Amino acid sequence: MSADLINTKNDQLLFDHNHDGVNRRGFLKCMAWAGTGALCVLQGGVLKSFSLSDASYQHAKGDFSFVQISDSHMGFNKPANTDVIATLQAAIAKINALPAAPEFMLHTGDITHLSKSSEFDQVQQILKSAKPKDIFFVPGEHDVLEDDGQQYRERFGKDAKGSGWYSFDKKGVHFVGLVNVMNLKAGGMGSLGPEQLAWLQDDVRHLSKSTPIVVFAHMPLWNIYPEWGWGTDDSAQALAYLKGFGSVTVLNGHIHQTMQKVEGNITFHTAASTAFPQPKPGAADSAGPMKVPADQLRSVLGVTDVNYKRGTHALAVIDSTLA
Amino acid sequence: MFPKKNRTQLVVLSLCLAFALTALGYRVWKPRAVQASNVEIKIDNFSFAPTDLVVKSGTRITWTNRDDIPHTVVEDDKLFKSKVLDTGEQFTFSPTKPGIYKYYCSIHPKMTAKIVVE
Repeated sequence: MSADLINTKNDQLLFDHNHDGVNRRGFLKCMAWAGTGALCVLQGGVLKSFSLSDASYQHAKGDFSFVQISDSHMGFNKPANTDVIATLQAAIAKINALPAAPEFMLHTGDITHLSKSSEFDQVQQILKSAKPKDIFFVPGEHDVLEDDGQQYRERFGKDAKGSGWYSFDKKGVHFVGLVNVMNLKAGGMGSLGPEQLAWLQDDVRHLSKSTPIVVFAHMPLWNIYPEWGWGTDDSAQALAYLKGFGSVTVLNGHIHQTMQKVEGNITFHTAASTAFPQPKPGAADSAGPMKVPADQLRSVLGVTDVNYKRGTHALAVIDSTLA
Repeated sequence: MFPKKNRTQLVVLSLCLAFALTALGYRVWKPRAVQASNVEIKIDNFSFAPTDLVVKSGTRITWTNRDDIPHTVVEDDKLFKSKVLDTGEQFTFSPTKPGIYKYYCSIHPKMTAKIVVE
């Protein structure tokens, strides 16, 4: 990732190096919808944003869609949300009510709060009520406490490589699940590690350059706010392997708020949590759970719906709140 | 106000005085080993407080997590390592070997701090 493209403090695109029309204003326009039901579509390299109520929403419907949920933090019971079961159930209800049933689900980590068996059990029980039956996971740092992720891998990563990374194909789209929450170094951020990077390079080598790629991992693969550790130390290496492809979408969680950035061929997106919100980068003393008035909680939690239309190379990313 | 010669003397005198005060200040403010046999480190707002601590060998150090998020206390070379500390939970360690112990939270590695054991 070239550092001059973004101001990490304000998450703004400063230069339109690619002449793709995605400038600071376009980015902010898209951001303005985030959290209230936004639709951001990358069409022919141009980012467009619509309201969910807009008739053009229909145009975003494609060959198939999948849904992303994140940061369910089962077991969390502090003032920011004393009932994370209810909000996860609300997220599933939201998914089940989507006009077109998603093909499958992604959970981008922090499934549990303390990696307890009972917390994993509770989430798996609730997810049974979701219409999409296939669910693909990557671990968050809260899922690999104490046991280096052994329990996580026994439940969700039996066929995965290393600490839990894997890839699969759906209707011509290549999906890659990465693990960036293991072996974190003092003073650092998320980490992929050399073994996983080598695997990724090899995994995408055989793909034709026109294959749309979706990469998902818990911690952001772009430097959103290094002061709070909101990034991944060696993500630039991973992104370098994805440079030559026509369409790359990177989906993350971890920061408990929606955020989007487009850089060249890569669209970055972070999903809201289903459990509790966190402050905007630098807007508080720390990244701790943010308490909002009870009647506003569900407006800052959410799910993310992603649509793919064959031939357009465009993935439409739609955030919906639980309100 | 002053003849040129006097002004030079004044400048030299001021510099000497400033140096002396700095040296004195350093002696007075140099961090001293905490004499207490029990010392507490708070984990609050994703940081360890105090961040730098100087203690005598054998001091019993207790970390308390006051955040709504779990943290850990892990020495960089794993010389000491807590289990995951949920809100209100504590970890205690009594270093007996003098040296500099750098540690961090393995869940939030931006959280770093150190203890100097004398």
